[in-house]
Formats: sequence, structure tokens, C-alpha cells
Amino acid sequence: MSILSVKKISKFYGNFQALNSVSLEVPQGSIYGLLGPNGAGKTSLIRIINQITAPDEGEVWFDGEKLNSSHISQIGYLPEERGLYPKMKVGEHLLYLAQLKDLPKEEAKKRIKEWLKRFEITDWWDKKIEELSKGMAQKIQFIATVIHRPKLLIFDEPFTGFDPINTELIKSEIRRLRDEGASVIFSTHRMESVEEICDYIALINKSSKILEGRLKDVKNEYKNNVFIAEVKGTETVSPLNGFEILDQQVIEDNTLLRIALKDHLSNELISVLAAQRTILRYEEEIPSLNEIFIQKVQEQ
Amino acid sequence: MSKVLLILKREFITRVRKKSFLIMTILGPVLLSALFMLPAYLATLPGDERTITVLDEAALLDFDRGKDNLKFRYLPPEKFGLEEAKEFFSNSEDYAFLYIPQSEGGDPDFISRNTQLYSRGDVSFSVEIYIEDMLEKYIQKEKLKAQGVDPEVLARTKTKVNIRIFNLEKDTETENLAAIKMAIGYIGGFLIYIFVFIYGAQVMRGVIEEKTSRIVEVMVSSVKPFQLMMGKILGLASVALLQFVIWIVFGTGFYLIATTVILGDKLDAANIARQPMQGMDNEMIFDIVNTVSAINFPYIISCFIFFFLFGFLLYAALFAAIGSAVDKESDTQQFMLPVSLPIIAGIIVMIRALENPDGPVAVWFSMIPLTSPIVMMSRVPFEISWWQLVLSMIILIVTFVFITWLAGRIYRIGILMYGKKPSFREILKWTTYKN
Repeated sequence: MSILSVKKISKFYGNFQALNSVSLEVPQGSIYGLLGPNGAGKTSLIRIINQITAPDEGEVWFDGEKLNSSHISQIGYLPEERGLYPKMKVGEHLLYLAQLKDLPKEEAKKRIKEWLKRFEITDWWDKKIEELSKGMAQKIQFIATVIHRPKLLIFDEPFTGFDPINTELIKSEIRRLRDEGASVIFSTHRMESVEEICDYIALINKSSKILEGRLKDVKNEYKNNVFIAEVKGTETVSPLNGFEILDQQVIEDNTLLRIALKDHLSNELISVLAAQRTILRYEEEIPSLNEIFIQKVQEQ
Repeated sequence: MSKVLLILKREFITRVRKKSFLIMTILGPVLLSALFMLPAYLATLPGDERTITVLDEAALLDFDRGKDNLKFRYLPPEKFGLEEAKEFFSNSEDYAFLYIPQSEGGDPDFISRNTQLYSRGDVSFSVEIYIEDMLEKYIQKEKLKAQGVDPEVLARTKTKVNIRIFNLEKDTETENLAAIKMAIGYIGGFLIYIFVFIYGAQVMRGVIEEKTSRIVEVMVSSVKPFQLMMGKILGLASVALLQFVIWIVFGTGFYLIATTVILGDKLDAANIARQPMQGMDNEMIFDIVNTVSAINFPYIISCFIFFFLFGFLLYAALFAAIGSAVDKESDTQQFMLPVSLPIIAGIIVMIRALENPDGPVAVWFSMIPLTSPIVMMSRVPFEISWWQLVLSMIILIVTFVFITWLAGRIYRIGILMYGKKPSFREILKWTTYKN
């Protein structure tokens, strides 16, 4: 079951086509990566999902209903360009944003206090936003995004400008929210930053979707049976019968090999290699999303 | 609607809580009255005193002493010829040298043609006018004398007129309220002018701040851009109205206390006209009380609030649209001009409207919606036909709805645009974009 179905969306700005008949299915309870270079159309699509703009063609379905204004309070959005009112205090600011998401005042207060406690910042209630460091403000922005317990969370370039500690904190919070039933969309051009966290991905390039699917499936599909082995010693490894050594390089005292399996099995490679040298490390080469993206763009 | 209220509330509270609001509320009346009083006060200040050397061979001026800041120093014609007098002038500190020649055969017109004024640089316009007027007066006198008119008789014919004014509709003799009505109209129109600029600029700055602090994209995922814009505009309108209400309450309170303390139980509107004179001060205060009680303040204040509110909302929407289109305040100049022009036109026409509230210029500009808040407000204290007032109000409301709609369409696109400053053409194009 999909929490969000984007059906053949097109969007024009004047003569420029920002989205070209893009369709997506975001499964309920998944973390979904919306990936592509800058200017590919990700933010345009997100703005349509958030009803900031409307599509010129196509429609969006949310939780089994055609997207309408009642869904605004069921979506949490952390935009790429995010900010807060510098003169407001943390507590009243969160309260304000929560009330704008239709949360009653008392309930909002309660939840804000819970979140401040979770992030161990309970004494920030009366702090002014302008007194916060960038990392501190990011925590507040995150709370504001999730305070109304939305069914769908959308993060646009969430980790730009985050320090590593905050990144980890936010990632673990996002996983927790997913486990509690929320669905999450990550939009980013830095594909490596979300590889470990996404269940599903879609690649967008030049206004069109070029790939969509479960991350594992995509990676399996783009595997090309290449294995990486690190062996002891710096002497060149002699040709292995039936396997192709694509590359070998000396790294300090050891040699790093990239070997194509061809029609053989992985275990056969291990035994052939083990007969020659001591194997220190052995793993399958899995293409990164970046590589998949580049390959896919070149195919087109 | 509740979201607009939330936004309105935030705008209102954050602004009223600021120290600058308190300071403006207290200092505002002081500064405004200073602004009104200053020109009048400056006019009473003695300017640089100037002395003019005069060689009056015709004995025309009768040793006129000039005025406060313009004195005459007469040289005796029996001792000074024109050349000596010129030399005397160049060695003196005097401002100018006036030479009135002896007329040939006592022809006053000869004097008018041959009088000369010498100076070291330019002679100020007011001095030139003053001397010309004075000469005309004396030459006229000479001519009358030549016709056999006794100066004594002439002096007796001078008359001062005080017209009594009757109001046919009310069937009473009224005080002449024109002056006080002009003052009220002027203050009302001027306040709208100043507030539209001050608070309109605040709307614009607020929008730019929301853009630069990047809060706006967070906001528009919860509320429609139009709601955000209206909340801000209405919030600032409420702040301005609060300021007015404070001023009106304190002004009325101050007036009541002052009149009660000074006049005590003698303050009885019916008796005021018949009160015996009790010295200048009291007479003046009675005059003021009398005048004030003859003015329909509730009507004027209601009109003021209406024209202020809708005039402000109209312009604030335009200011919000400008703010949304740019990234920083310095980029607003180009767009400010077309918005400022009608406001400034309003204040210029207002001056004429005050002198002639029923003239065609006043009537037309009090219908044109961009100038009507200021011009109509200046006409309100005078008796204007109700259909003009109602028509002006309706046009203003309709325009307000249209402009706000248009501004909203610019705003919704503008707030999400960063980077290059758009051109007028691009902004116009935004209004045609679909949602």
C-alpha cells in the first residue's frame, strides 16, 4: 500500500519544464530516497506534494485520497531553505508552528516538552532563536517538522549543514519514526548520504524519473559480478584461470584486486586465489548509487 | 481563517512587545506635533537682520522704517550724490543700496521707472518684492495726493471686515470652523500618509526578512501564501490601530482633564457663548471648547479609521508584493517608485482639497482609489455629500479586493524565488501563473 502516489505529474515555469510526466509510488512505512542532481526537479515535486504549488498535469494521491488541503496537517516538511524567526523564543516558536499544523495549544505544549526532553534541551524553552548555534537551530527545525506526528515526512537536503553528531541523531530519530509507522521521503543530490538509510529510491534527472525501486533490488540489478580481494604481499598476482583481473594495485604491504567472476561462482574464485596468496579481505563490489546514476544517465 | 488569525496574532504580539512600539506611541504625538508646529515656529523666528542704504532724493518714502528684519538707513540727499552714496554703500556692511531719484516735474511714474537697487550679489526675492510693494504704495499715495485726496481721508477709509457665517441647514449662526476643519483634515490626511509609509515599509521589510531568514518555505508548507500575506498585513494594521486608539483615548482624556481643571464647573456648553469675558486666556479656551464641541468627532474618527484601514491594506498588499519579489531591501527602490507616486500625489492634492473641498480636483482624487484615502480624509471634516463619501468607500473596497488578489498572486511566486532581481515584466508574468 502506498502512502503517496504521484501520477504523471508535469510542471512548467513559463517555457521551462520542471517536471515531465513523473510518477512515483512511496510505500507506507518506508524510507524513500528522491535522488538526482541539483535542478533535476526534486524541489518542484516536493512543493507539489506539499501543495505549495499545483501541477500543470497529473495528480497526487495521499493515503488513498486525492491530495487536498486536509492533508497539509498530515505531512511534515523540512525544506532545503529552512529558517526560523530569530526574535522568537524556542518554546513559542515551536508552539506557533505546531498550531499552524492544526495542533491544539495544550497538546502542542505537551509534545514540545517531550521532544525537548528527548533531545535533552528542556532549558531552551525561553531561549531566543537568534541565541542558538546552527546545530541547535537544526534540532528545533527537526522538532517543528515532526511535532504534529505526520504520516509522511519530507526532508529536502536534510543533512546539508548538519554536523556529524546531529546527522546521526536525526538519522536515528527518523528510523524510530519510521518504525512507529511514519513514511519518509529524503530528497538529496548527495546520494551517498542516504544509501544506508533508504529502503526505496527514485532517480530523477532533467525533469524525468529514470529509475525507481527497492534499493536492494536496484543494487542487485546493477551488480556486475565483480569481487574485491586484498591479498598479502606486493608481488603481482599471476592470471587466474577463468577469471579476469580488472585491476590490481599495491597498497602498502598488500595488493588490492578487482576480479570479474565471469561464469564462475564466488567460492571458486576464493579457492583459486587462496591457492596463490593469503586472502585478507574479500567482498562483492556493489555499485554506489552515484555509479548507478551515472550508468543510467549514460544509457539514455 | 484560524491560520490567518494565528499569523495576525504573532505579528501583533511580536511588534507590540518591542520597545520601539512603546517609544513610537509616546514620541509619535510629540514628533508629529513638532512636524506641524515647526514651519509655523520657524516663520516667527527673526531672520538675519538686513539694512538697506537708501538715498531718497524724491523724499518719497517719508522715512519709512521698513520691517522687523529689513531696516532702512537714510542718507541725507543734501550731502550725498549718487556716486558718494554708492561709495558709502560699498564701504558699509549694508545689504543693498536703494536709489530713488528726484522726479522731473513731480511725475510719480518717473520714479517708478527710474528707481534702482544696487547690491553686491543677488538680492533675495522677498526683499525685491517687499521694496516693490512699498514703492507702489507710496507712489500710489503721491498720485492720490496729486489728485487732491487728503491722506487723512485715505487713512479713515481703511476698513477691516469680519464676515458672519450662517448655516442655512442648521439655521444658526456658526463659528467659522473652516480653519479648524482644515486643520483636522490636514492632520487626518497626513496621518494616513505617514502611517501608510511607515507601516507599509514594515510589511515590506517583514516579508523580506521572512525570505532571507528562510522561514517562508517552512510557513508555506502549513499555510497558503495568501494567508501568510493577509496575516502579516492585518497584524500590522492592528498594531497601527492600537496606536491610534491609545492616542485617541489619551488625547480625549487629556482634553477632558485639561478643560475640567481650567474651567471647572463653568464648563457648560449651553452657557459658553454667554459667559462674560474673563480675560484673554479663558476666552481663548472657551473658543476652543466651543469649536471642538461643534465638530462631529465620532463621524470623523470613524471615517478616519475606515480610510486608514483600507488605504493601508491596499498599499500594504502592494508593499508585500514588492517585498516578496526581492531578496534584499536595497533592491526595492525601482519598485517603490510607482507605489510611492500615488501616495505623494495624494498629499499634494490634499493641500488643494483643503482650500477647496468641493472643487473638481478634490472630488476626482477622492474617488481614485490610490489617492482617495488621503484626499477624501482631508475633505471629511467639511460637509460633503454622502453619495460621494459612499461611492469613494465602495471604489476603495473594490480596488482593495482586486489589488490584494493581484498582490497575492505576485507574492505566492515571489517568496519562493531567490537570486536575480526580477523585472516588471517578469513580475507581471507571475500573476498569470497557475497555482
